[in-house]
Amino acid sequence: MASVSVPAEGARPRGLLRRPTATTGVWSWITTVDHKRIGLLYGATALLFFLIGGTEALFIRLQLAEPNGQVLSADTYNQFFTMHGLTMIFFVVMPLSAAFFNYLIPLMIGARDVAFPRLNAFSYWAFLAGGLFLYSSFFLGGAPNNGWFSYQPLAETSAGNGANFYAAGLIITGLASTVSAVNLAVTIINMRAPGMTLFRMPVFIWMGLTVQLLLAFSLPIITVALFEMLFDKRFGTHFFDPKTGGDPVLWQHLFWLFGHPEVYVLILPAMGIVSEVLPVFARKPLFGYQFVVFAGIAIGFIGFGVWVHHMFAVGLGPVANTAFAVSTMIIAVPTGIKIFNWMGTLWRGDLRFTTAMMFAIGFVGLFVIGGLSGVTHAVVPSDFQQTDTYYIVAHFHYVLFAGAIFGLFAGLYYWWPKAFGRRLSEGWGKAHFWLMFVGANLTFGPMHMLGLQGMPRRIYTYPARLGLGFWNLVATIGAFTIALSVLVFLANVIVTSRKAAQHEADPWDGRTLEWTTSSPPPPYNFEEIPAVHSLDDHWHRKYAEGKGGTLVPVPAGGADHHAEAQSGGHGIHLPGPSYYPIVASIGLPIIGYGVVYPKLWWLAIAGAVVLLVGLYGWALEPSAE
Amino acid sequence: MRRKLWLVMGVVALAALSVSCVSNASQDALKPQGPYAQEINNLFTSVFWIAAAIFFLVEGVLVLFVVKYRHRMGRTEIPPQIHGNTRLEIAWTILPALILAGVAVPTVATIWDLAGKPTGDVMHVTVIGHQFWWEYRYTDPDMKTASGNPITTANVMVIPENKTVYLSIEAEPKDIPVGETVIHSFWIPELAGTQDAVPGRTNHIYMQADHPGTYWGQCKELCGLSHANMRTKVVAETATDFATWVAAQQAPAARSGDLLAQRGAEVFAGGQCILCHTIDGLQTAAGNPVAGIGGPNLTHFASRDCFAGCTFRTNPDELRKWLADPPARKPGAAMPNYHLSEDQINALVAYLLSLN
Repeated sequence: MASVSVPAEGARPRGLLRRPTATTGVWSWITTVDHKRIGLLYGATALLFFLIGGTEALFIRLQLAEPNGQVLSADTYNQFFTMHGLTMIFFVVMPLSAAFFNYLIPLMIGARDVAFPRLNAFSYWAFLAGGLFLYSSFFLGGAPNNGWFSYQPLAETSAGNGANFYAAGLIITGLASTVSAVNLAVTIINMRAPGMTLFRMPVFIWMGLTVQLLLAFSLPIITVALFEMLFDKRFGTHFFDPKTGGDPVLWQHLFWLFGHPEVYVLILPAMGIVSEVLPVFARKPLFGYQFVVFAGIAIGFIGFGVWVHHMFAVGLGPVANTAFAVSTMIIAVPTGIKIFNWMGTLWRGDLRFTTAMMFAIGFVGLFVIGGLSGVTHAVVPSDFQQTDTYYIVAHFHYVLFAGAIFGLFAGLYYWWPKAFGRRLSEGWGKAHFWLMFVGANLTFGPMHMLGLQGMPRRIYTYPARLGLGFWNLVATIGAFTIALSVLVFLANVIVTSRKAAQHEADPWDGRTLEWTTSSPPPPYNFEEIPAVHSLDDHWHRKYAEGKGGTLVPVPAGGADHHAEAQSGGHGIHLPGPSYYPIVASIGLPIIGYGVVYPKLWWLAIAGAVVLLVGLYGWALEPSAE
Repeated sequence: MRRKLWLVMGVVALAALSVSCVSNASQDALKPQGPYAQEINNLFTSVFWIAAAIFFLVEGVLVLFVVKYRHRMGRTEIPPQIHGNTRLEIAWTILPALILAGVAVPTVATIWDLAGKPTGDVMHVTVIGHQFWWEYRYTDPDMKTASGNPITTANVMVIPENKTVYLSIEAEPKDIPVGETVIHSFWIPELAGTQDAVPGRTNHIYMQADHPGTYWGQCKELCGLSHANMRTKVVAETATDFATWVAAQQAPAARSGDLLAQRGAEVFAGGQCILCHTIDGLQTAAGNPVAGIGGPNLTHFASRDCFAGCTFRTNPDELRKWLADPPARKPGAAMPNYHLSEDQINALVAYLLSLN
């Protein structure tokens, strides 16, 4: 990067500070604005949080392994399941998806970076700041303990600072996600390579665009709700507390109006990944590309109109329940279209069962279960029994663990060689897959039965008379099987990192633009911005379609109609690294502590000053060249 | 290998089903014991079988494809590049939509059926969710006690068999200073579906038991530290037994001849207990009725076989442990530890157990 960011000698740049110049070492990571490095930071942080959230899950399962468990106290249990949910949603699946989006969007659309590189760095640091801020509550009197949904008035009236940390922490990470959503949406819309029309974009990019728009429209809703909650708690306003004329159901509307689109924010990235992985290892194009794209957009759109299915038992009346039952059933249609098209992609293919492919097929197979149980929730009277039981826990873990996490692991195995120049070991990978597959079904399968047999959610103990002990024990064994599979994955990463790098540009015979550049890609991504002529452009450079749809490889160098792009690798403009994104983001948790602790109100001012210094430094920073 | 796994999973699923049939779970949504729970279960069962058919169809095709189109050693030929098929797309858009429409019709019908206003001979009970116990008030005119108040119980709701009960579900009123006013959710799975108890609102459900018996339930909405300990049960009795029960509940509290119990009544009426608890017929030293609010009505405490959110059985041992330190027995309980002496506890236990 130095080669493109060092100013000409003697020419002192204007502005307050010189821009940082480190290209290796810790400072290069702290000041980086390279979307690939930011992607890796997101990924590494998310995996770390995955281990923490997973550990919380293991404690939960230990407590519930048998009736009258004594492993955790009621309060610790409530903190653990609350933080498990918050962690897995906001600090694992969202940032892991963000890792893929950051790393891959510019590579897959043929751009050199995202639209606003420093803003991108700010998103990451603000996300990390929010996570550390929220987790610091464990050491400052107790973490949030009212569930990830934090229903009012319980959260407002609960003792301790947990609920304040919840509100302030989620505002910070929400800010990070909103900023990132705008950044990535602009990138996709404005920075595509010449010839990459919207309908030549990979499905992963389409899902990326949909997710960013979902975030941009849904996060403001929860942000407003969180501010109202903080105002109620800290300044005595009356938004949600019925004691003072507030309405607790208002919170539920605001929360789920964000919360349901959020579900699609979590699952659509995985659906995008699966839509990339299946064609490559089936050696066929994605079946019904346009239908998969439109189904994804439809899911995103309808996803804003189903939130009341989280509230069927609240008592909104038969009209509301009917309307939202129907809208919830409608959303199953585009979901089905995706499943059927993925199966169509496998049909008559030449399936190569790499680990990535196995995770992708595992996703399809298990997501069907989550989808079908989802339809039973739309059957309102049936939901009157299932709501707030382990049946729901089973449903959304099939969607978010067997779905989102499987899809994300498919992506990790698939793109690992692009990012690190080495394939993850297939042997370890398959052990990982099978353990996780068995573990997921052992853990979450029995929860359907537990819920129907009368086990409500969020209970730290249950009496032996309910006869729930057996399936709970099975679920706990399953949870530890999953834990083992994660250890196998970590071992795979370590073993792989010790091998010599292969630097294969295109190890899987891929179809999309990221496989045209070296592994790992240079800071500028492409020596020349590729010109795109079709969907799956890279594939069509390698193979020409013969008679009757059969393909023949194009001889090396035969596809030189692509060599027309700009000349040489010189004179590439890249944004320089910057100190200011991290400075600005450090201000946010400082404001947060000032808001949580009334006596430390001056911290809010200090944090605001830090934030402003960061933003002004950012604005006044000299350009790199 | 995959096929084998599915086989194993199938066997496990069957085993699961058979185990569930013999287990003694007593708040089981799959074992409806009255017409309202039955109506819900019928709907769930039919949707379940539709879902199961789709499940086996989709997974079957998936496994078939995985086996049939797996890569064979030595194959170099690239498979036909099929981009899609519009007819298929239309088919698998319309077919699921039709199936869902088929599911929607009985769903909507049942939603409206369960939401109807009560007609005919219906018993009315108001259910109030407190942190962390359920209160039941029998609001029908013929259910008044000697002092003119509705029969009020806690934790155990007694109903007659084969009679529709129309429940009004509420959260603790906001002006009650005991515990926090939060959302709860009332659930007796064998008799009815769930309804939330939302502060400031009144929700309704129907409930009916076909046979005498005990039907367990518990709070479903996270409501604080002892959410897990907010249990309850419905006891259905024959019409005669129910009439006997009503008569007993209408009477004021029993006066025991036992000296220890009399001493307990004095401790009760002279201490903090009366701030929150009501005992119909008991008077303080100053001659005022014992009519506290916010805690369970104890007039006929010993007629109920469980207490404190049905977490503990009503017996001397459990009562002693409870009175010695309630929050230690039940996290977050509103009743504080009054540091009662051994003598006071023994007297209170004797008194409370005399209140049948």
